[in-house]
Amino acid sequence: MKQPLVKIEDVYKDYLLPKKYLFQKAPVFRALHGINLAIHQGTSFGIVGESGCGKSTLARIVMALDEPTAGTVFFGGQDLFNLSATKLRLLRRNFQMVFQDPYGSLNPRKDILGIVAEPLDTLQETLSYAQKKERVAQMLVEVGLNARDTDKFPHEFSGGQRQRIAIARALITHPSLIVADESVSALDVSVQAQVLNLMMDLQEKYNLTYMFISHDLSVVEYITDRVAVIYMGQIVEQGTTKALFHRPLHPYTQTLLRAVPDVNPLNKKRKNKPIIPLFEKTDASCPFLDRCNRATKICVNTAPELIENEGQFVACFNAN
Amino acid sequence: MALLQVQDLCVTLNTTHGPQEVISHINFSINAGEKLGIVGESGCGKSITALALMALLPPDSKTHGKIILAGQDILTLNSSKICSIRGNRIGMIFQEPMTALNPVKQIGAQISESIRLHLKLTRKQTLERVIELMDKVGLCVTRFPLNLYPHQLSGGQRQRVMIAMAIACNPEILIADEPTTALDVTVQEQILDLILGLTDSSGMALIMISHDLGVIAQTTQNVMVMYTGNSVEMGSTVDVFQNMLHPYTYGLFSAIPNVGSSLLPGRKRLCSIPGQVPELHLRPRGCNFAGRCSSASTICKEKEPMATRVSDHHQVWCYHPLTCEDKK
Repeated sequence: MKQPLVKIEDVYKDYLLPKKYLFQKAPVFRALHGINLAIHQGTSFGIVGESGCGKSTLARIVMALDEPTAGTVFFGGQDLFNLSATKLRLLRRNFQMVFQDPYGSLNPRKDILGIVAEPLDTLQETLSYAQKKERVAQMLVEVGLNARDTDKFPHEFSGGQRQRIAIARALITHPSLIVADESVSALDVSVQAQVLNLMMDLQEKYNLTYMFISHDLSVVEYITDRVAVIYMGQIVEQGTTKALFHRPLHPYTQTLLRAVPDVNPLNKKRKNKPIIPLFEKTDASCPFLDRCNRATKICVNTAPELIENEGQFVACFNAN
Repeated sequence: MALLQVQDLCVTLNTTHGPQEVISHINFSINAGEKLGIVGESGCGKSITALALMALLPPDSKTHGKIILAGQDILTLNSSKICSIRGNRIGMIFQEPMTALNPVKQIGAQISESIRLHLKLTRKQTLERVIELMDKVGLCVTRFPLNLYPHQLSGGQRQRVMIAMAIACNPEILIADEPTTALDVTVQEQILDLILGLTDSSGMALIMISHDLGVIAQTTQNVMVMYTGNSVEMGSTVDVFQNMLHPYTYGLFSAIPNVGSSLLPGRKRLCSIPGQVPELHLRPRGCNFAGRCSSASTICKEKEPMATRVSDHHQVWCYHPLTCEDKK
């Protein structure tokens, strides 16, 4: 099998919390708990989970913006956290990010040329002003904007257009991986559809790889090939999008899917019932124990490992 | 007679481009215990409608039309009379529990504010009422004492405090303005269940404002679809969502990726609505949607469409409502 473009190996990330007492050892918050993932070139990988589950921490680590406490990330076979600063900087042109908030992620004082050309200035060989302008104009056309927009400023654009500018900025260095952290969450549905279509067109054209982080399950189902569901810093289920959405095995995935309100008003589907925890949660127990309606005695004392089940990986003793 | 009747409501706000009409000629009514949804994209005037009902619009705005609550036009009342209605007979849940709660006041004090203002209760009765409310919204006082501050609660818990504040005086109408937009799906489900349970048990009318078609579908009986300050389609939720007639409503539905899309063979493109919402000062003379509509004709660009009544519970503001063949 082909080598994956991104390989995340047993990544842990601990954050130190503020101390309550002066001479106390700082308490630790474990944001990621042994994450293993492989993303292949030209595919879209979805990361799903509730807020605070570690989705964005994972994105930051894949982008080498944050160093993991343990474990590492391989990008095209190279260990990201074992490179010299200059080499890492050169490698950065191959992975770029599109952020959530198109209002916060573009500098309001810079014109579009300055914004989109910034990765070129910092990561790539020096280009003349005219060459730079031409490449930016080309890229703007590529994302559905006007080539003359280079002199405009972010406030002249709507939310959807700004997100297109952010995509142009990410694509200008011709990366192979785009990390999209909630990139369409802030957009209205009709504009969201335009941006999603654009992202899929660009993927086909440039053989791009997406790591697509979202809390919106229908968007993830639509755009991704494989999905990982994260709960409290651990992957609880991973598989192809089709299998995972059609036949979710982990109770958490099932809860998430059931919670999405159906657009058909006649379809009053089975709802999640409030859970009365059956067992007391300990440090050793399954992280989902207190919200699970299927918990048994084994779940209290042992945390389940991610086990393969007909091509789908699931971390649950009572999966079905 | 309807509990609340909104007749020909127009709101003009002062903007940098001069006074602009942000809501034009909105009509709807709601009966006691009824659940009405208002759905539309950002900037369509959903929230301004809600603020107009609460008489919370900025002082330099102009409002025309009538908002009749149980036979009384709110817009003609003086500010002290409005104050006795706001929070008392109409309660509102705001979108961002983070910003809508006062960060330096304890939650008990915030919930009791409208009780102290509107209901003449003793200190002890007020406290009892607050504890009862906390219980109703699922925050047990033993675990969540009244002297907590908003920052000590999670997003869902904050929204529960907001709901307790909104229903403190047993209002006749509860307005929920995007109550779950900032929340996770699982928490959203709990909060929606809570709102529905509370309105059902006390016979409150509910106005649910959301951009999420799923939320509206699951919580309302009637729905009004808004676009650029106009209502474009109105009717029972089942009629509008199953048999939509306005091209904009249809466009909205085609643009959402459906759960189950991964089962379809190949990659399907989403049908997006071309173009974008026209800016306030650049709105066209005729139908505001004409510039993005595939079936627009000359008359659409000249004259605003009037309401066409399709059935008792379904009206549409369009010259060319969709037929079955258009939707294929």
